[in-house]
Amino acid sequence: MTHETTAHHIVSYKKLVMVWLGLLSLTGLTVWVAHHNVGIGHVWGSLAIACIKSGLVIAFFMHMKYEGRLLRWFLLLALAIVAIFIGFTFFDVLYR
Amino acid sequence: MNHAPHKDYGGAKLGMWLFLFTELLLFSGLFLLYATYLSRYPREFTAAGRDMHVGFGTLNTVILITSSLLAAMAVTAIQRNERRNVLLLLGGTILCAVTFLCNKYLEWSAEIGNGIYPGSPRLANGPPGESVFYSLYYITVGLHGLHVLVGATLLAVVAVRVKRGTVHAGDFVLLENGALYWHLVDLIWIFIFPLYYLIL
Repeated sequence: MTHETTAHHIVSYKKLVMVWLGLLSLTGLTVWVAHHNVGIGHVWGSLAIACIKSGLVIAFFMHMKYEGRLLRWFLLLALAIVAIFIGFTFFDVLYR
Repeated sequence: MNHAPHKDYGGAKLGMWLFLFTELLLFSGLFLLYATYLSRYPREFTAAGRDMHVGFGTLNTVILITSSLLAAMAVTAIQRNERRNVLLLLGGTILCAVTFLCNKYLEWSAEIGNGIYPGSPRLANGPPGESVFYSLYYITVGLHGLHVLVGATLLAVVAVRVKRGTVHAGDFVLLENGALYWHLVDLIWIFIFPLYYLIL
């Protein structure tokens, strides 16, 4: 791996399996939360758990943790656009 | 002089990520529709959501997370030049995809058997919020299922290339991009699962 463009970070099997176990426990937690219905809070709780799970998938399975600045900024931009269009729609829907 | 064909690893991956962002925006639009209709018909959505099969949803979540693990491990395997493992791991991923779709078939058959499908008499005569819920459910989950099908096909093509030796430790961006697509399918399900199966 001397050539610059072929120098990649190799994520070990062990680390991937740890992430998988983390994802499975978060899935268990989200099902548990839904069964022990704790009011409107569980909507935000479930979404928060989903966000943590996707963070794990993006960082480790999709190697974003090991990518350069360009891809990270693009990801941030894409997420910001999603946040803007969801946020602005709700400014309209909720205060109509 | 005989030059090796030009390869732009960073460019290929950037292109894949840009495509994934468009997919993200596509599904975000559907989630946005879900959220706005949930705020308009909270009671109907809750009533409809109670009828969802949480067992199928949970099982499919576990299957997709596992398939994502196998796809990520396949990328590690090819970097370590373990070609046999790559093929086994990709085979496992595709098997998970097939199992997922079989579960989807059983789940949808049960729902359609109960008279729940877009335009069914039961939904047409029920409250409008419930038919909106099921229409969004069928289009979101259906589109996701299509992505599962496409992803599995893509990974099968990559597996053939690995077997032939055209994708190898020195040039594996096709496998990496296929795996990225597969992880996106998993990511979208991570949000579909709580929204449609759990929170209502």
